[in-house]
Amino acid sequence: MAATEVLQLLAPDGSAASEELPAELDPQRLVGWYRNMVLLRSFDRRALNLQRQGRIYFYAPASGQEAAQIGSAAALQDGDWMFPTYREAGACYQRGLSLQALADQLFGNARDLTKGRQMPNHFACAALRIVSISSPIATQIPQAAGCAIAQKIKRERAATLCYFGDGATSEGDFHAGMNFAGVFRAPCVFFCQNNQWAITVPVSRQTGSESIAIKAKAYGFEGYRVDGNDILAVYTSVKQALDKARAGGGPTLIEALTYRMGPHSTSDDPRRYRSESEVAEWERRDPIVRFERWLRSRGWLDDATVAAIERETAAEVEQAIRSAEAVDAPPPQSLFEDLYAEPTPRLREQQRELLGLIERGVVERITRTPLFG
Amino acid sequence: MPVMNYIQALNSALHNEMERDPRVVVFGEDVGRAGGVFRVTDGLQSRFGEERCFDTPLCEQGIVGAAIGMALNGLKPVAEIQFMDYILPAYDQIANELATIRYRSGGQFSAPVVVRTPACGGIHGGHYHSQSTESIFTHVPGIHVVMPSDPYDAKGLLIQAIRSEDPVLFLEPKKLYRSARAEVPEEPYTIPFGQAKVLREGTDCTVVAWGVMVHVCKEAVEQAARKGIECELIDPRTLAPLDEEAILESVRKTGRLVIVHEARRNTGFGAEIAALVAEKAILHLEAPIRRVTGFDVHCPFTLDPYFLPDAPRVLLAIEETVGF
Repeated sequence: MAATEVLQLLAPDGSAASEELPAELDPQRLVGWYRNMVLLRSFDRRALNLQRQGRIYFYAPASGQEAAQIGSAAALQDGDWMFPTYREAGACYQRGLSLQALADQLFGNARDLTKGRQMPNHFACAALRIVSISSPIATQIPQAAGCAIAQKIKRERAATLCYFGDGATSEGDFHAGMNFAGVFRAPCVFFCQNNQWAITVPVSRQTGSESIAIKAKAYGFEGYRVDGNDILAVYTSVKQALDKARAGGGPTLIEALTYRMGPHSTSDDPRRYRSESEVAEWERRDPIVRFERWLRSRGWLDDATVAAIERETAAEVEQAIRSAEAVDAPPPQSLFEDLYAEPTPRLREQQRELLGLIERGVVERITRTPLFG
Repeated sequence: MPVMNYIQALNSALHNEMERDPRVVVFGEDVGRAGGVFRVTDGLQSRFGEERCFDTPLCEQGIVGAAIGMALNGLKPVAEIQFMDYILPAYDQIANELATIRYRSGGQFSAPVVVRTPACGGIHGGHYHSQSTESIFTHVPGIHVVMPSDPYDAKGLLIQAIRSEDPVLFLEPKKLYRSARAEVPEEPYTIPFGQAKVLREGTDCTVVAWGVMVHVCKEAVEQAARKGIECELIDPRTLAPLDEEAILESVRKTGRLVIVHEARRNTGFGAEIAALVAEKAILHLEAPIRRVTGFDVHCPFTLDPYFLPDAPRVLLAIEETVGF
């Protein structure tokens, strides 16, 4: 397939290119993906509202990218590693990170797996090989290449899936990571969600190239485009690339064409930089609507099931948020943990300093999250 | 016990650890077939194979970024940056990624990478082969910063670094590579981080120095001794963690402190030591703290000897401090 063609298995109206399905996909699994997409949309809406209400500090929504996120993560196997970005709540959830863990991280509470150390959306879960997310753009790309090089050195039959956006392809670390992966033929799948906008800057300002996928050619491996709002196309292409990587076939770059229907984060207003007609055009290609139409056409989904899924996922989201909000902030001494395997004398001294200040009432003890609003 | 130079001691440490631990991998620019531009990794590829010692693309952020990924997945990377002057493209990977991953993941992940790099000046390298920018790394919690001043310490500290559960920036003063020699055991041994070495005991003035400056100071304190001034010379060996107590204890005894480093003075690590002593031992001081350092200029090519502190400058500072 040429690097500028776009793989599509489901048209926006829900009609399928083929009646054939990969053998491992049964109706139960497919409806499960649909459910996860609906849950993610609900989580997104709820999180945006929480931020507007001052109950969480920040949120980076992924509405419009549910097919890209759920479809890609669904292709992972247990031994694989995943390097997400801060827009990958859905991919992390599909990988197995619980809704409660997502909600706890948004609140940065004492139960948060990352101990409230980072802004919302920066998940991490070692047990699921979801590598800690950092805010700088593209830094995970050479790391993912390195992780995959280690998989190759260790003769693991596993692969690494690296997420990033269109903006990240302008960073030096994109080049560094793609180049390392190409040179070492690392089992790494680079999954670019081209959602058209890097905050306020369109993809035309990120590259003069005819596509992002074509850049793979310069690194000596295959790159192709898929319709990122088509979950079957995303799943199929990522699965093929991961299988190829695990079998020693080297890296692949996949450019998933999608759209960030909401703002970059709760800190910007997309109406200031993009047209209503563009947004309307992409709403017509909504990945959830498309998948739902197709599932209905196959007879695997009906009004009653859709209503039940919407009701149940909304309730689950609500429950997770209520529970997360009720948990205290991490204790003050935790500020000095996890810098090193063992705290240094200087850190111990500063820990005593802070606890002393709290005891004397000079510094107020933080009990609840959030601190703002 | 064999006598080794600094390069041989590091090479011995790498051989020992690659032999002991199959997870140890060594890589960077020119480290594989050539054995490193300074020969530190000589013989590793032929001994351990191309999967354990290999050349990488010429890309510092790629080297450190890939090292992080390898460490996350259970390898023990020892990455080389060819000169400390070229480490800056990797600064984001070191300061924002490597140093933070344990903390930001709530202790779930760690990336115990060793980044080795030839550092410091004195070889007429101009700005781009002379810098000692240790203080931009000591400012960052989550990494250890090590600068051994002799072959024995270099081997013991490198093995300690490779066995560490934390990331380590391992700075090798390249002027010492072939000039410093010491008795070094063939067998592996470790030197704990955060333990300063007292090279000379004395009661009149404490002198703190690291890297090449330890050798400059040795000369200066010997000359001072001939003039009846007994200095205590301390090499912290690791700047992070810093053996604060060794410095404070010495200053409490001598009441005087001269700090010597070849890095520029402005916000150099000497400022941190001076502040430490000011905070915790100021009432023991009988003279102002003195810093003998590189000047606040870019290290020049022709006028390089003006830039670097030498024994006469250190001796003068000692004499003025003692005579204050």
